[in-house]
Amino acid sequence: MKTDQIGKERNRVDGKAKVTGEAKYAAEFEAENLAYGVVVSSGIAKGKIKSIDASKALALDGVLQVFTHENRPGYMWLDKNYKDDDAPPGSPFRPLYDNEVQFSMQPIALVVAETFELARYAAMLVEVAYETAEHDTDFDANLEQAYEPEEYKASEPPKPRGDVDKALAEASARIEQTYTHPAEHHNPMEMHASTAVWEGDGKLTVYDKIQGVQNSQQYIASAFGMSQDEVRVISPFVGGAFGSGLRPQYQLFLAVLAARELQRSVRVVMTRQQMFSFGHRPKTLQRFKLGADADGKLQALQQEVYGETSRFEDYSEDVVLWPGVLYPCDNTKLTHKLVGLDVYTPLDMRAPGGTTGIYALECAIDELAYEAGVDPLEFRKKNYSEKDQNEDKPFSSKELRECYRQGAEKFGWSKRKMEPRSMKDGHQLIGWGMAQGAWEANQAEASAKAVLSKDGKLTVSSATADIGTGTYTVMTQIAAEALGLSLEDVTFKLGDSDLPKAPLEGGSKTVATVGSAVKKACEQVQEKLLKLAQEQSNSPLAETKLEDVEFSEGRISLKRDASKSMQLQDLLQHSENGSLEGEVSTKPSDESKEYARYAHSAVFAEVKVDEDLGTVKVTRVVTAVAGGRIVNPKTARSQILGGMVWGMGVALHEHTVMDNHLGRFINHDLDKYHVPVNADVQEMEVIFVEEEDEVVNPLGVKGLGEIGVVGVAPAIANAIFHATGKRVRELPITMDKLL
Amino acid sequence: MRPFTYTRATDVNSAVQEITRHEKAKFVAGGTNLLDLMKIDVMAPQHLVDITRIALNTIEATADGGLRLGALVTNNDTAYHEQVEKRYPLISHAILAGATGQLRNMATDGGNLLQRTRCYYFYDTQTPCNKREPGSGCSAIKGYNRDLAILGTSEHCIATHPSDMCVALAALEASINVTGPKGERTIPIADFHRLPGDTPHIDTNLQEDEIITSIDLPAKGFAEHYTYLKLRDRASYAFAIVSVAAALDLDGDTIKEARIALGGVAHKPWRKPEAEAMLQGQQATRENFRKVAEAYLEGAKGYGDNDYKIELAKRAIVRALEQAFNKEGAA
Ligand SMILES: Cc1cc2nc3c(=O)[nH]c(=O)nc-3n(C[C@H](O)[C@H](O)[C@H](O)COP(=O)(O)OP(=O)(O)OC[C@H]3O[C@@H](n4cnc5c(N)ncnc54)[C@H](O)[C@@H]3O)c2cc1C
Ligand code: SF4
Repeated sequence: MKTDQIGKERNRVDGKAKVTGEAKYAAEFEAENLAYGVVVSSGIAKGKIKSIDASKALALDGVLQVFTHENRPGYMWLDKNYKDDDAPPGSPFRPLYDNEVQFSMQPIALVVAETFELARYAAMLVEVAYETAEHDTDFDANLEQAYEPEEYKASEPPKPRGDVDKALAEASARIEQTYTHPAEHHNPMEMHASTAVWEGDGKLTVYDKIQGVQNSQQYIASAFGMSQDEVRVISPFVGGAFGSGLRPQYQLFLAVLAARELQRSVRVVMTRQQMFSFGHRPKTLQRFKLGADADGKLQALQQEVYGETSRFEDYSEDVVLWPGVLYPCDNTKLTHKLVGLDVYTPLDMRAPGGTTGIYALECAIDELAYEAGVDPLEFRKKNYSEKDQNEDKPFSSKELRECYRQGAEKFGWSKRKMEPRSMKDGHQLIGWGMAQGAWEANQAEASAKAVLSKDGKLTVSSATADIGTGTYTVMTQIAAEALGLSLEDVTFKLGDSDLPKAPLEGGSKTVATVGSAVKKACEQVQEKLLKLAQEQSNSPLAETKLEDVEFSEGRISLKRDASKSMQLQDLLQHSENGSLEGEVSTKPSDESKEYARYAHSAVFAEVKVDEDLGTVKVTRVVTAVAGGRIVNPKTARSQILGGMVWGMGVALHEHTVMDNHLGRFINHDLDKYHVPVNADVQEMEVIFVEEEDEVVNPLGVKGLGEIGVVGVAPAIANAIFHATGKRVRELPITMDKLL
Repeated sequence: MRPFTYTRATDVNSAVQEITRHEKAKFVAGGTNLLDLMKIDVMAPQHLVDITRIALNTIEATADGGLRLGALVTNNDTAYHEQVEKRYPLISHAILAGATGQLRNMATDGGNLLQRTRCYYFYDTQTPCNKREPGSGCSAIKGYNRDLAILGTSEHCIATHPSDMCVALAALEASINVTGPKGERTIPIADFHRLPGDTPHIDTNLQEDEIITSIDLPAKGFAEHYTYLKLRDRASYAFAIVSVAAALDLDGDTIKEARIALGGVAHKPWRKPEAEAMLQGQQATRENFRKVAEAYLEGAKGYGDNDYKIELAKRAIVRALEQAFNKEGAA
């Protein structure tokens, strides 16, 4: 297919605004008479607040109010009013609801003052007396108490198939191992922030850091008993979120509460430390039992998952989905239990369930391949799934074999010796490892509107978000492509609850979801343009059908005879009200639901591990991705690269440490919570293999936000084994574990 | 941050006067440590004396053939100073192994000596910590202590001194020149930082009203056989888990003098001259290095999560000495 925009490398349309600071984030919007709120966080993990003495804070000139459970307004306190679009089953946390402390760093007061500095100082003066209760945050100690939730937030574990125990007993190679993934926090660059602008008459405009403005809008309306048109939520730019902005966080609630009570605009920004006070990737423990026959074919697979959750909500994610997608096996048993602790509810974090599940699965498979004496890549080729066994559906497309081929070739996998510790450079043990990955290619319902105005400029809008992924750019490309315009002539608007409805930006589904709506809205405009063209006297396009024309370079022309064409701008002069509009809602086709829809990846990694000191360097990573049609190779590559660096952090760095005595995450800043830095990142290569998919969605795209992450940590872990001969089954793999 | 008053000192004497005149006063230089701690209420001075305009920002030769680093020279200017690079590359390497370019442009040599521990609990005012709040208890001993000290600890505190530069200063036996109300004095680096004992809230032997004016490096710089080995959890922007400043003076393969200082393992840069002396007159072999390493870590005590540091430190010493011997200072 000939395209002008789709499939072309394009710079970010919002790039300039971002680097010049013109792009504004939630905490940067100004409002008249703005007041500043600072949150006081609980010092204990469980108990009751006996008293809060805010007198010293209130005595300071310029402190407006200290909101606590004692003086909060008394309405809308039913927990169901606090449900949001991403809420797990259970009872959502209600800030300042009562004197119960349910987790460490729980927000227990909001100090509002004329300046930020004053509010921060005043917050230090708030004195809290607690009646401490015994908390329990010890995951390992509570495995016995793990339970199956009544309702899974994610999909239910697939039903068992065959007889695992028998197959294991008969297997000629088997492994039985436990893998642990620590709790992690999202830590986007931008801290969570809300600026609630008091518009008078009870109306609010709220600038919020969120991955879906309509989720915040609905949440505020419901929690405060407001009507939807009394609150508008705006979020044009998000400084990273990685899932942390899927649910409205407490700074939003508190900013709105204060603005309503004070009848004045209020901004609340979390501190970096407070970024560790809400959702996180749950600590997850997985026990695997695998068995293969003499041919190296997988015969038995058991995965037993334990994931952390809070006492008030049952958070779960798709950890046990992956074996059924990636490996054919007739005897499987998959379970997922929850361990309730005195912590805040975990929250989807980039590739939730996949990061943990695929990490452990791919390490276990590597161990089994070694047990069976089969090259790890060969093992995966032998055990290639042609259908999704969870749902017994064929794949809409799956070019994973091509990922193996191109990735292995680029990496030089064929030169690998199977034997661990077989490559060395001075003190550095060299290891090569690989893993594969998959991620859902979902489409959800969404709406979009396209308006082509008289001057030939197109404005397309949908209430989606751009969390740094490139949504603005890609939607602009899709719209420009449809109507044959240049990117400069197209403006895409998002992040405003007044815009046509769109779901949360998450789950790597935005291009498929919103992109399909954008495409269709533009197609409506196409139809109107053609109609207009045909209405002109002596129209060269009279009697043509939409499929016979194309839109390119600002013209509508006959495909088979380009000389028959008309200038869009000329046509627009004849439109009745000077512009043409299309507004649509789209949802996945019935046909697509007959298929399992996944993006796939193959990852190859090289590490160097110091034989004496245990320090690890990731010197080379190649990721080959089968991700459907690539709309913009440049932003796509950035997504995958970001995912690879993320995966490296999963393997080597990230870990939020729970101090069980205090019931508190203790490394709560970016000095002590490590993510990779530039100096850690060496050679990284991204390959997109050709993958055509007519079924998955009208654009043939699959989403790339998460597929870049999932296979990287296991590839690195497997490479570390190959370098050292040592399996470290507890992430992150730090030098102490390799000594 | 709590409110504070602020004055700017123009010379050393006025700085000392200002600090004596005000209650709970502190000097501020680059501010990269102090201001961070003030923002999170770990330190709450009522008055700041800005010393950045005092003319202590030069590097000059000393009468005995050494080099004097002004207290206000930035870490980067020190590391890239021609004489330091040439004669004291160990100092350059140690400084450059720390923080980031941006921070080192602000951070001063004086401030570096006085930077406070990076113990997690010290940074969280909601947790007990004897260093921050004497008598409140030490959360780290029974809590998470993976990064903390294994040598010279006490039942009251197991924090480490986080500086890289100071480890090199300790190996080179630098001395610190200070001025107080009673005049000037010089403190050898070995006596500058303290062990926690039962006063973990006191980091150094510098008095509250004394200002550091300069750091003297002795003539001997070990510019040929040296190394600064820093082991950390990521390649940059991380404090040392264990670091080793090693320097050798050789006669062929025979060691005339060896210097070893450890970072990240104690409340101060760790030296053990009697263990170093074991290498005197010995061959530079892995076995001999390991023997010294064993001696260096004698009496080391782990607290659970940090047990691994004992073996790691030994291996790091061996590696650092090998690198120094092989002239792999920059490795
Ligand atoms: C993110 C981060 C990472 C870092 N990483 C590293 C690292 O890897 N390795 C490393 O070694 N360091 C590291 N540092 C610490 C950095 O080196 C110190 O913060 C810096 O050296 C302090 O110098 P300063 O001039 O900014 O001191 P300030 O913050 O101004 O002062 C620190 C203390 O010293 C006192 N003081 C300053 N100058 C004098 C003087 N002349 N006389 C008396 N008292 C004085 C002050 O009163 C204050 O108590 C890091 C810091 C940060 C923020
Ligand atoms: S080790 Fe020292 S600094 Fe850390 S908690 Fe204990 S007393 Fe405080």
